[in-house]
Parts: sequence; structure tokens; C-alpha cells
Amino acid sequence: MASRTAKDLRCRTKVYPIYVDPCLRFDMRYVDEFRDPELIVKASGEIHRLADSERHYRIMEVCGGHTHAIYRFGLKDILPSNIELIHGPGCPVCVLPMGRIDDGLAVARNGDVIFAAFGDMMRVPGTCGSPLEHKAQGTDVRIVYSPADALQLARKNPDKHVMFFAIGFETTAPSTALTLMRAKAEGVKNFSVFCNHVTIIPAIRAILDSPDMRLDGFIGPGHVSTVIGCRPYEWIARNEGKPVVTSGFEPLDLLQSIVMLLRQLQAGEARVENQYKRVVPWEGNRAALKVMAEVFQLRPYFEWRGLGFISQSALKIRDEYAEWDAEQRFPIPGTRVTDPKAAQCGEVLKGVLKPAQCKLFGKECTPERPIGALMVSTEGSCAAYYNYEHRKAAALVTSISSVA
Amino acid sequence: MAHGAGGKASRKLVEGLFAPLLFENSRAPLGDAAHVKIDGSCIAITTDSFVVKPLTFPGGSIGELAVNGTLNDLAVSGARAQSMVVTFVLEEGLPTSVLEGEVRAMAAALQRAGVTMVGGDTKVVERGKADGMYITTTGIGCLMPQVTIDVRSVRPGDKILLSGPIGDHGITILLARGELDLAADLSSDTRCILPLVEAMVEEAGPGIRWMRDPTRGGVATSLNELARDSGFGIVLSEEEIPMRDEVRGACELLGLDPLHIANEGQFLAVVAPEYADAALNALNRTEGGEDALIIGEVQTEPARAVLVTTRYGGSRIVDMLVGDPLPRIC
Repeated sequence: MASRTAKDLRCRTKVYPIYVDPCLRFDMRYVDEFRDPELIVKASGEIHRLADSERHYRIMEVCGGHTHAIYRFGLKDILPSNIELIHGPGCPVCVLPMGRIDDGLAVARNGDVIFAAFGDMMRVPGTCGSPLEHKAQGTDVRIVYSPADALQLARKNPDKHVMFFAIGFETTAPSTALTLMRAKAEGVKNFSVFCNHVTIIPAIRAILDSPDMRLDGFIGPGHVSTVIGCRPYEWIARNEGKPVVTSGFEPLDLLQSIVMLLRQLQAGEARVENQYKRVVPWEGNRAALKVMAEVFQLRPYFEWRGLGFISQSALKIRDEYAEWDAEQRFPIPGTRVTDPKAAQCGEVLKGVLKPAQCKLFGKECTPERPIGALMVSTEGSCAAYYNYEHRKAAALVTSISSVA
Repeated sequence: MAHGAGGKASRKLVEGLFAPLLFENSRAPLGDAAHVKIDGSCIAITTDSFVVKPLTFPGGSIGELAVNGTLNDLAVSGARAQSMVVTFVLEEGLPTSVLEGEVRAMAAALQRAGVTMVGGDTKVVERGKADGMYITTTGIGCLMPQVTIDVRSVRPGDKILLSGPIGDHGITILLARGELDLAADLSSDTRCILPLVEAMVEEAGPGIRWMRDPTRGGVATSLNELARDSGFGIVLSEEEIPMRDEVRGACELLGLDPLHIANEGQFLAVVAPEYADAALNALNRTEGGEDALIIGEVQTEPARAVLVTTRYGGSRIVDMLVGDPLPRIC
């Protein structure tokens, strides 16, 4: 653990004075403390005490990482039955339209191109197969753990072109931006980024605008907030009257956040609170926001799988970096693919349906043969539910009532 | 690649293609070794290929894996290995010193286990194929009379024993590949588990229902096979599952589930409740078995699935490995 942690922290401290990537800050105590069974039982007890038995609470966790954690730690087993956790659209793989994958793979099919992406992307199905399936047919597809790794691939393979397929919310956008700045500064010509970064606030707005949704509060995104801070959520509390608590990812974090939400709801308040104080600064990370602004601009609109076209919701590489923008370097087909009619990815993404309520869940659509991205991505609610929960009690599936 | 990972795709390949066409009585549950009758005597036979990359890593090398892996498959089927044959597929240009190193490692492992190599074959393929070398070993042995391994004898209430900490081998290989800028004080757990199995059989033989060595696909895959073949549920206690901090940390960082990570020196045993303590004591008293634990038990529900529960009351299903997070592990 030592070599990467120390090196990366040194590197990051230079650029991000107050940003410490929680994934890299490996300290067993941060994990064990927040998984202490006794404290978890206490927090669960407090939730049972606070929850008004006459009321049915509907709380949305926006972030896919939170959905995964809820199932991974079996938290639903220890919450009272009148608290319903609704899964939000904060899974960047899940909201990526199939057409964009097809476009990226179309570029990759060039013999001289190396398609580099995070592991999460590898099994996401495009119309003609996933990146991994393309790899089996000879396309040069590589897993990288960061865009810097992709740039390094480019340096090491001067006679190939490395295209980094960038996905993610504001969490990962700064590192993509930094990598582009580095590529430009060093004049690395055989590197480009196919940019699919999206922003979280428009997605939350789309949820709140949806007529099917009736929510009491939000568990706010954890890692996105390390970049954008907590201020961008204030309109949810002020204009929509819903409390928001930004949360960490350990069981105790999530339970504490639910306690904080319940306390606000009991008192009839609606504020933004920060449970993840050890990592999320209220004002966000100015340095990260600065590099993002330097490299990216907002697209006028972008298609979100399941949510349709949303304006000002995604990032595009600025003209100053056009040479490193895959969409400017290569002809992009601009494929638009409609989802299979039977797949209800959109409704599950918005939280209108539970995964098990989709007609294809567990039958035509499984982790081995996923139809939608929600079943492939580890943060997708369908995958999380299928992997961790759905065989726990077959009876549970039939008793789930539809959200309305 | 997923078909070689040991998880769901591998199982489909074996059950869907190989078994119906090649195996007589292909509907019987598949074990780690086959027991065949020759002239009235029953012998155990098994085979395994090793394609691990890199060839050497902390704690071992491909040669050692090739010997121990086959010995272990025989051991968990209730047999004592006696002899082995080996085939090498070598890449053109492989330095002799590398080959010699592996052969020496194999000789040492055979000597430690008291097993003889009685034959073999060698092929060489062009540069660019075989990644250095691939090794296949086939082992035969005699059945231990005190134990009968049969998944159909598994019953609710039976205990699940695990011989030691999980994940060492898979994570060691991952770090040894050097693709991640990560280091940890870890080595492969490759070893011959026969002494541990023998100690357990000596004390608790009649109570041992089933054993398996959780290699590719990890403990989760082996226990899912058990659940599916027995028709029962397996319930594990999260806090009881032993693993080193380095394995836990690497898995947290990389988003891997330790239950899916390969092991090369551990085994699982299902033991009747009245024999479970004796079996566990036998392991704990034997060198190398000090960390053995009871990690769970067989229950009627959730049928055909594996459930992991926590002390605070949460639980999750653990499925067989899907896909291949760590190819070329063994």
C-alpha cells in the first residue's frame, strides 16, 4: 500500500491543497471504525427510535456508490420497514447511452488505436458487443486505473494512438482535465480523450421535475461533493424543501446520514448538512474546479440513458485542447440507439421502479448477460440488487409495492 | 477469458459442452478428482494446467503451483497422491536457466510431499506463444479409507471449515504483475495441504462430507458449487472469514471481493456438527493449520445460494465469480 499511497499523496498535495482522494488514503482505521458492529447497532437503534411509525419515508441516495454500499453491507436488513431507500441516477456508466459506446468502439476498431478505459466500462454492452468482446475479436482494449495510466500508455506506444474513454461525474473530471493539460504541456500527440463526463445537479433536477417522484430527502453524493462541495445542493433544500445530507460510504456513514435526515424531517427543517466532513470540504475543491474550467465547457445538451436529453448537463473539451479531443480527431458516427423496448432501465434509474420490477430482471437480463448498463456496472442498482440481495428471500420480490 | 476464470462461464463450459460429450454419467456432481476402478482397486486421478503470469512471484513459481495444485486436488477428494506425470509447453527462446529453476522447484515440492514424477512430455512452440511456459500435471493416488467425499451426504447443520486466511495467492499475483503502483508484504500461499487433510481425516474422518480447494473463483465459487450441488444454503459469518490486512486493504482499494480471489494453499471442508470441533482441533494442532476456523454452516435457506451475515445483522448474497477480474492466476 505504501508506494502508491505516498507517491500519489505527494503528487496530489501539490495540485489539490485540500483534496485527498479517499480511495488512496488507505488507513485501516478509517474502515474499521466505520464498520464497528456495536456502533452500527446503536445507529440503527437511533433510526428506529426517530422514525415516526405513522410515516413512510422515501429517501433517495443519488450516488451509485451508495447504492452499492447499501446492498454490500446489508443495511436494508437493519432499517425499519417504513424507511424506503430509492436508488438515484448517480452511476455514470448506467446513464451512458449505448450509442456513445458504439462511437468509442468504432474509433477503436482502427488498427492503430488503443482503447483505454476503467474496468467498469469493459463489460458494458454496445450494439455490437462490449469493449471486452471487442478485445476478444482483436481490438486493442486496455484497462487503466486512471487517465494518467492512459497517457503513460501513449508515451510507451509512440506508433499507436491511445484514446481514453472518459466517464464519470465531477469526481473523475478533474483527473481527466489534469491529464489533458499534461498531454498538451508535454506535446504528446498520440493521445486523445473521448469525453463522456456528466454533471450531477441536472440529474437531480430531472428527478425532482419528474411527476412520478415523491421524495422526502436525499443522501447526497459523497465523492462528487469532494469536488463541487455542498453549496450546489442548497437549492434543493431552499426551493424544493427537501433536506440533503452528503454521506460517506461506510455503513456507519450511511446510517448517520439517515439519522441526520430524520432529525431534520422531525423538526420540519430542510437544510444541507455534511456528514462526510473528513473528506468533503463545504466549499469544494477550488483547484479541481479551476482545472475543470480550464479544459472543459458545458455541452448545450447531452443524452442521458433513461432520462432523455438534458441541457447543460455534460462536459465537452474546449477548443484549446481540440488536438486531444477524440471527437475532433476522429470521425464519430454519432450513433443513436434506442433501448430495447422491454428494458425498463430509465424507470429503474429514476427510482420509479425497483430493479426486480423490471420485466427482464433476472431472466433475460443478468450480470452474465446484461441488457442494460445498470446490470453491468458495479454501481448499477440492478447489479447490486441481483448480486447481493435478490435471492435472500424470494418472498420479498412479490411483496414489493410499486412506487407512486 | 471468462471461460477460464473458474466462475460461472467456466462451469457452463464444463457442464454444457465437456461433460455431456466426454463424461460417462455426466449428471453426477463434478469433483476435484475422479475415482476410477481398475481391476477391483479404486484409484483417484486428476489433472490441471498452469498458465500463471508472471512465472515467478513472492512465495512460489509456476513449477511449485503445478505440483501442489494437483496434490491438493487429490487430497480434497480424499486421496493421497502417489505419482505424477507432467507436460511442458515451452516458448521458443525461454532461457534454460528459467526452465531449470522451475524443474528444481517442482523437484523440491515433490520431495516435500513424498510423491514421485514418473513421466512426462515436452513441446516447444514459436516465440510469442505460451508466455514462457505452460505446465500440465496429472496425478494418481490411493483413496484414504477413513473418509468418503460425497456432496449428497451434506445436511443442514453441517459446519463449514476453512484452513486459513484467504486471498494471499491472487493478490500476490496481481501485485507481482507490476501493472499497479502498489506494493505489500504478501506471498502466495502455495503449499501441499495433504498433511492437514490427513490430520483432519484421522480425527474426524466419518464426519467429513465434502472438501474443496478454492483456487480460481475463490471461496465464493467453491461454496456456490456446494450450494448448487447439495440444494442447500450456505450461511457464512463475515467476521469469521480470516484474511490478512494486506489482502483486505488491496481488495478495498481495487474494489475486489476477497471471497472471489484465488487461493493455492487452503481448503474448505463440510463436517458433521458432532465431528466439527475434533476436525478443527486437529487442524489447529497441525503445523500450518493454526489459523483454521469454522466460518459458517449449511442451512436449508437460502436454497442453492451463499449468504454472508454480519454481527450487526446485515447480510448479502455472494454469487459465483462472473467475468474475470484477475486472469492467468494459476
